[in-house]
Amino acid sequence: MELNKIDTGISTKEMILNIVLYKEDPNYPTVYRYFRRQEMPKQPIVERIKNFNEVALGFEPDQAIMEASRCLQCQDPQCRRGCPVGINITSFCGYVREGNFDKAISVIRESNSLPAICGRVCPQESQCEAYCAMGQTGSPLAIGALERFLADYELKKGITMPSIAPITGKKVAVIGSGPAGLTVAGDLAKLGHIVSIFEALHTPGGVLAYGIPEFRLPKSIVAAEVDYVKRLGAKLETNMVIGKIFTIDELVEMGYQAIFLGTGAGSPYFLSISGENLNGVYSANEFLTRCNLMKSYLFPEYDTPLIVGKEVVVIGGGNVTMDSARTALRLGVEKVHVVYRRSEQEMPARREEVLNAKDEGILFNFLTYPLRLIGNSRGWVEKVECGMMELCEPDETGRRRPVPIPNHSFTIDAQTVIIAIGQGPNPLLSKVTKDLETDRDGRFIADEWGRTSKRGIWSGGDVATGWADATVINAMGTGKRAASSIHQFLTTGQW
Amino acid sequence: MYQIVAEIELAPNIKQFRINAPLIAKKCMPGQFIVLRTNEKGERIPLTVFEKDPGEGTITIIFQEVGKTTKELGRLRTGEAIQDVVGPLGTPSEIRNYGQVVAIAGGTAAAVAYPEIKALKLVGNKLITILGARSKDLLILEEEMRKYSDELYITTDDGSKGHHGFVTDVLKKLVADGKKIDMVLAIGPAIMMKVASEITRPFNIRTIVSVNPIMLDATGMCGVCRVRVNNEMKLGCVDGPEFDGHLVDFDQLMARQNMYTEKEKESLHAYEAKMKK
Repeated sequence: MELNKIDTGISTKEMILNIVLYKEDPNYPTVYRYFRRQEMPKQPIVERIKNFNEVALGFEPDQAIMEASRCLQCQDPQCRRGCPVGINITSFCGYVREGNFDKAISVIRESNSLPAICGRVCPQESQCEAYCAMGQTGSPLAIGALERFLADYELKKGITMPSIAPITGKKVAVIGSGPAGLTVAGDLAKLGHIVSIFEALHTPGGVLAYGIPEFRLPKSIVAAEVDYVKRLGAKLETNMVIGKIFTIDELVEMGYQAIFLGTGAGSPYFLSISGENLNGVYSANEFLTRCNLMKSYLFPEYDTPLIVGKEVVVIGGGNVTMDSARTALRLGVEKVHVVYRRSEQEMPARREEVLNAKDEGILFNFLTYPLRLIGNSRGWVEKVECGMMELCEPDETGRRRPVPIPNHSFTIDAQTVIIAIGQGPNPLLSKVTKDLETDRDGRFIADEWGRTSKRGIWSGGDVATGWADATVINAMGTGKRAASSIHQFLTTGQW
Repeated sequence: MYQIVAEIELAPNIKQFRINAPLIAKKCMPGQFIVLRTNEKGERIPLTVFEKDPGEGTITIIFQEVGKTTKELGRLRTGEAIQDVVGPLGTPSEIRNYGQVVAIAGGTAAAVAYPEIKALKLVGNKLITILGARSKDLLILEEEMRKYSDELYITTDDGSKGHHGFVTDVLKKLVADGKKIDMVLAIGPAIMMKVASEITRPFNIRTIVSVNPIMLDATGMCGVCRVRVNNEMKLGCVDGPEFDGHLVDFDQLMARQNMYTEKEKESLHAYEAKMKK
């Protein structure tokens, strides 16, 4: 194994010896300064753009130990403050450094039921790693990669189940099996409550299943984490569209004493420009659902088709844009253009994913926005007409506001256009649940504990109000707080 | 898994399955549909619930074997099971007493129209039903329709039974004859619904159609079923499937329906080649 060593004149062998000595004597000086931040090996670019296998390959045990040995074991660790579920990072890194992976993962499991997922898709660079003291002078600890390493280690070896509290007899309904719902279900099942998860699709996982591509989050990992929640005692029912098959009031009548709504942001936004309904124009949700959930990249072995042309334009600048662009590339297209109306700096996508996309050859058009989609006589899209923007003073999000430059337009050839400009909450449930307050965008209004305007009903994740970034870990954070509030409600009756 | 408890072949390649789905049987209303997936590798397809029996806990579907999925579905036998059935989906039809209703049903869509015709009859409407098919062999549900219709017209494209021509010919004649019509319900191929809507437009007769775009999740998540209605984007799966026929952009609907024609052929050929082996 090639290590990312700072040139200190110390050989790899010596460094490993250093770790061994540390393991024998914890008073032996820490060795962090001898190492560069360890990076996970990746599939070579030329290969990975032709397959859907995972891009990042994970640490080897030695590499994990080396990386963990960089942890300064701060007395007042800041990293934990950056974690929405509050994982005791210094503690688990300490165990990794000693090679005690079992103990290390059990520390993570105390706060996080889905570490294999978080280790892959959390934006650590703006969360735990952003708070790491080492970041001030050099590279922060690779906390995400370590979490992933431990979670994968545990999955390979078989998960040790935690102790589960005696059955309380209280029934909880969790609507949606995405990251928020799975967290609520896992936490409450551990506390002995009778939990039923209702999922609308045929496969559980929500956005983890239909949205995030295989090459970033293998579906076998999602299935394993869902299985863990089921083994904690939660019952999972797929093909259940709540609002249609049961209303919220009916669930209450059925004896559910607490209901958590975690139905996500599944409703795609469109651009409202001419040509949007041409054939070959997809919402990112449709494009990714066909590929991830329905496995259309394996068509015709799998029945769901997906048509991509030689040239693809993806409109947007978030993680979903990157996922769509990189998915399109893997379907064998010649060129993938990203069209984003602000500059690279303002892109909400994770830096790592933007860099991966660039490495893979995705073409970026910044300060560009679509004016209209132009079709051929058979009703298929052929070109995207774009305008140019310049950045002016910051808007309410703090990002500089793009303003169109008059008379600056050009076209990009594209037989496939994917609209990835964001998604809102699905109105299906709020429409039939009149007594639940929502905001202007249709999100359920919830307090910091996830409590909605209706007693006994909680909400979290992307469908609820009251928090900033639409990330998996934030959804889990809201789920965690809701679970503790639900537990308190079920045990004390206090709302 | 959802077990098939009874099967009938209604016409060549048109099958009727009764499926064990107690919760859906309890909830489903006229106009609503289900989505099913035959097996692990299958696609999700929408099908209207033809009949339900809440007591027995079953729903009945009718489908024509045209592509790979419906052919594969058609090979299943009583006692076997369908991997996934989800529903009820879509907004229920508006069932009330309009007065005199002309209901037009073309092809297999008779199965879609039937529950609504029945419901409209049961709330006191007078029903004039026009039932059409390509030929006599493919005509389904004649007796069922007769039971809930005050007048029943049959049409076939090849003239093998009833009026030689299209269902819309009869509608045109009824309208031209000055028959009192309070509402037209047109359910069938998009082109038929378009023609029917054009016939009634000059007379300002309320015309309801049931659109049949491509669907994927059918819960409002993907947007593939978007239909332009009154120049606004609507989703066939949650806002529909029923809309005012005078406001629907049928040309766009038809163009979008054909998006995957080539891929569907490819899938069918691969399946048929596999079956021959």
